[in-house]
Amino acid sequence: MGLEEIQVPFVTTTLNAVIKWGRKNSLFPMPFGVACCAIEMMSTLASRFDLARFGAEVIRFSPRQADLMIVSGRICIKTMPVLYNIWEQMPEPKWCISMGACASSGGLFDTYTMVQGVDRFIPVDVYIPGCPPRPESLIDAVMKIQELIDKGQSKSKSVRPKIDSKYEYEI
Amino acid sequence: MSDALNTIIKEKITAKFGEHVLETTEFRGQLAFTVKQDRNCEIAEFLKTDPDLAYDYLEDICGADYLEYEGAKDRFCVIYQFYSFKNNHRVRVKVFLPEKNPSLDSLTCLWKSAGFPEREIYDMYGITFRNHPDMRRLLMPDDFGSNPLRKDYPLKGKGERDRFPKYTVDD
Repeated sequence: MGLEEIQVPFVTTTLNAVIKWGRKNSLFPMPFGVACCAIEMMSTLASRFDLARFGAEVIRFSPRQADLMIVSGRICIKTMPVLYNIWEQMPEPKWCISMGACASSGGLFDTYTMVQGVDRFIPVDVYIPGCPPRPESLIDAVMKIQELIDKGQSKSKSVRPKIDSKYEYEI
Repeated sequence: MSDALNTIIKEKITAKFGEHVLETTEFRGQLAFTVKQDRNCEIAEFLKTDPDLAYDYLEDICGADYLEYEGAKDRFCVIYQFYSFKNNHRVRVKVFLPEKNPSLDSLTCLWKSAGFPEREIYDMYGITFRNHPDMRRLLMPDDFGSNPLRKDYPLKGKGERDRFPKYTVDD
């Protein structure tokens, strides 16, 4: 159904639906690329896989202009505060993709420096498995984010990060 | 060629530093001297300034932990690797250090490039270097509190990777 078939020159809808439609088709990703997953992310953005088909090609390196955080790569304990600061600087509503095994669970780096999954500290909406995931997986994740936007769901407000209580900070 | 040089170096070092050289070993044609804890600077200066030896390049400094190692002289070891551009020849100098308050004179007075490896050793093993211009941690966060390359430090850490007091969300 093309719009040109409609005889009347206006469409009635709710403002909310229009905003959701706009948001989901113009995601501004903030790439937190720190490892090999970032290479796959760049490949996804480039012409072969072309994330622009999903309206998410405008990479914003300023968190204040972004609404989708893509954590691609391993996060160590020195990087985690930086990631958290950037996440906090992003305006609501915002979504987060944890890309790859390392960002989601620490991956094979079960050592003293590696954060065992960024979801311990920031709320993650969509996880991508793989080491590194194929660009198709990232495209699928972006489409999942679009579905979430359509449903009006975001974990950034509703879910608090789960912190292991046995590691209470002693002063 | 190499063997002849080894003999010359051995003779020169033993003639000059006699009792301060604890052991001389040879492995695959490379000489290694084990020297006393407070003599590392003098021997390095001699190796650097002697016109025949001319070990003018400090290749690397590394640490080692000999915990539960059979036949080890002491707990820690700092190993210097020198290279002579003039003779195309390498020599190794080892210094063993006790478990309690391991400290050593810095080589930054001879080579500026000794600064970073010494900071790394300080970070990873807790060996302090006297007269170092900037004795801080190099890789780990400043408040890390442990020395991760010591053999008695657990691989998965002591809970540092889960502890981010300042960055947890509270509402």
